Amino acid sequence: MRRRTLLASSAALAAAPLLPARAAGKTTIVWWHAMTAQLNDEVNRIADSFNKSQDEIEVQPVYKGGYADTLTATIAAVRAGQAPHLVQIFEVGTGTMLTAGKAVKQVWELSKETGVKLDPAAYIPAVRGYYSLSDGRMASMPFNSSTAVMWYNKDAFRKAGLDPAKPPATWPEVEAAARAIKEKSAAEIPMTTSWPVWIQLEQYAALHNLPYATKENGFAGLDTQLEIAAKPMVKQVQRLLDMAKEGTFRYAGRDNAPDPLLLSGQAGIHFNSSGMRGALVKSAKYDWGVAYLPYDPSLIKEPLNSIIGGASLWTMTAPNRTPAEYKAAATFLAYLGKPETDAAWHQATGYVPVTLAGFELSKTQGFYEKNPGADLPVKQLARGHVTPNSKGLRLGRLPEIRNIIQEELEKALQGGQSAQQAMDAATTRGNKVLRDFQKSVKA
Amino acid sequence: MDRRTIFGGQLLPALLVLPQLVLTLFFFYWPAAEAVWSSMTTTDPFGQGSVFVGLENFAELFSDPLYLQAILRTVGFCLAVSVLAMAVALLLAVFADREIRGRAIYRTLLIWPYAVAPALSAVLFLFLLNPQVGLIGRWLNRHGIPWDYHLDGGQALLMVVLASAWKQVSYNFIFYLAGLQSIPRAVVEAARMDGARGWRRFRTITLPLLAPTTFFLLVVNLVYAAFDTFGTIYAITKGGPGQATETLVIKVYRDGMINQDIGGSSAQSVVLMLGVIVVTAVQFRFMGRRTSA
Repeated sequence: MRRRTLLASSAALAAAPLLPARAAGKTTIVWWHAMTAQLNDEVNRIADSFNKSQDEIEVQPVYKGGYADTLTATIAAVRAGQAPHLVQIFEVGTGTMLTAGKAVKQVWELSKETGVKLDPAAYIPAVRGYYSLSDGRMASMPFNSSTAVMWYNKDAFRKAGLDPAKPPATWPEVEAAARAIKEKSAAEIPMTTSWPVWIQLEQYAALHNLPYATKENGFAGLDTQLEIAAKPMVKQVQRLLDMAKEGTFRYAGRDNAPDPLLLSGQAGIHFNSSGMRGALVKSAKYDWGVAYLPYDPSLIKEPLNSIIGGASLWTMTAPNRTPAEYKAAATFLAYLGKPETDAAWHQATGYVPVTLAGFELSKTQGFYEKNPGADLPVKQLARGHVTPNSKGLRLGRLPEIRNIIQEELEKALQGGQSAQQAMDAATTRGNKVLRDFQKSVKA
Repeated sequence: MDRRTIFGGQLLPALLVLPQLVLTLFFFYWPAAEAVWSSMTTTDPFGQGSVFVGLENFAELFSDPLYLQAILRTVGFCLAVSVLAMAVALLLAVFADREIRGRAIYRTLLIWPYAVAPALSAVLFLFLLNPQVGLIGRWLNRHGIPWDYHLDGGQALLMVVLASAWKQVSYNFIFYLAGLQSIPRAVVEAARMDGARGWRRFRTITLPLLAPTTFFLLVVNLVYAAFDTFGTIYAITKGGPGQATETLVIKVYRDGMINQDIGGSSAQSVVLMLGVIVVTAVQFRFMGRRTSA
């Protein structure tokens, strides 16, 4: 008897996920995301407050692993015809998602079909641009965006005889500061960087209005080629190599592996996402500051906007999905774009506000007076006019290309090749990836 | 010599092996067939269109110098891990086989690491060898020995070899200990009477008698090093710096799961599958010959 109950209940359990996404007359929206720890709590809080704000739609956030795992899971789900309604995809997956064809419903399409207003003009241009088609129609909904900034140890600056209120603004100033830190032994590691390719090359190109790839960084077509072996880019790599040789720059690993060096106070200058603020507030036991990414005055007088990192939300399609479900998804996306939602998310997480109104609201709420420097990433994103070079990158398999460049960079830092050789090799290997991608998409 | 239980009829034996056959069919043959099929196609990530390209993916693979380097690197890595793990295990087994106090405790402790998950063993080694936070890593740098596996490919390789071998020592230890215990005392005593001592006795008596164990362990270790070290390597170096620690399995994962190059990644899996088939066939052949002899 007991065994029979067990069998019956396990059968019921197995059948449960197959039940139509509908509970008590509500439309259920499944939202896959990649947010952990405190960010996960915030995602749940947003879903909760949305669910409480009305009684027709129920949003269910589901954590699906890291960004790459979430993308892989999404692809598998699409192939099985069971994609969730909404999914959070990192910015470098945008190029791949744009080739998803009927598997996704782009924002402009969703808005048109459901009649829910999702206005691109409400979003900060540098954010919106990354997720839009070249004609300005939005493909995915900006959600968590950050940008790269320079963090520095004010105590180390003081010890090195530098003015902690005046962080270096240009690369020559950064080099001088790092040298001073090294000479006075003000910090164990004068300078390091997380996400070397994203920050030291992709951001660098945007800031200096340099093309990263042909065809408007890939926005204008799949037949794009990397342009990272151009002189100004090689110059930047050479600078890092020189600084490493001099002992003023320490390469400390891929992705965000070097972060602990700043948190522990071992690093004088560190480059990382603006999203690091929360971690610093929580665990840095010294006086730290945030500054704009440095620029090279010989290349540009006024640096352009930096580009974003982070992720956006894609609306997925599935067989048997009803118009009501799309409408519910669109309603939730519209809710995310409300200034109150956006400002609360920004203030709780350290991501930048993605809407202009969310930024304004944070200002009027006095958030930046209480948290000096928290608006610097937004200002850096919003300065100047977005050019084709500062709109972001639209390259297929960008994670792979980043990895290739990182590998070649590492080989150069080991002394195995020159800066020019590294960028040439990365270009050749990267272009092959771009051609493979082009071929697979045309298939 | 062999004792065998013979089942009568056809139905019962078939029924008894059926579950295993079904499992093999669903969890091996089906995915393997899918892999072979997709290794001959080019497809977009979402699988909306796929084109049959024959052996093009393989041709591309073998014309890629980086792939050939990865093969060599993997072979070197597997040999290093296997030899290190087996040598250390043999040494420990020889010592643990002696009459010493607290033998059981030593043996239990030596078997422990086998239960440690790959990612955790990676973390243990990070705590030891990370240049900034690791005990040994810091010590080395403080004493003027530049240690930084983030940048030095050789050091990175050394580190993943150590971490991978460490985990496998326990397994080898169990087998070597059992092997040592099954060596007839009489043979050892006879050698002793003939005046063979220490190293000589070990080399001429113990080692040859352990040969079957060694051969079995070599195959198991090679397969372990080739496939089960993914977690350890990925957690320590992610394949870097450069591609210094990118073994074939890491490459399959990177190309398939991260880069979404399904065709190319499947072709690599098929190559790996062929490798395993060859190794297994060799093992069966030699092991089979031994038992029939």
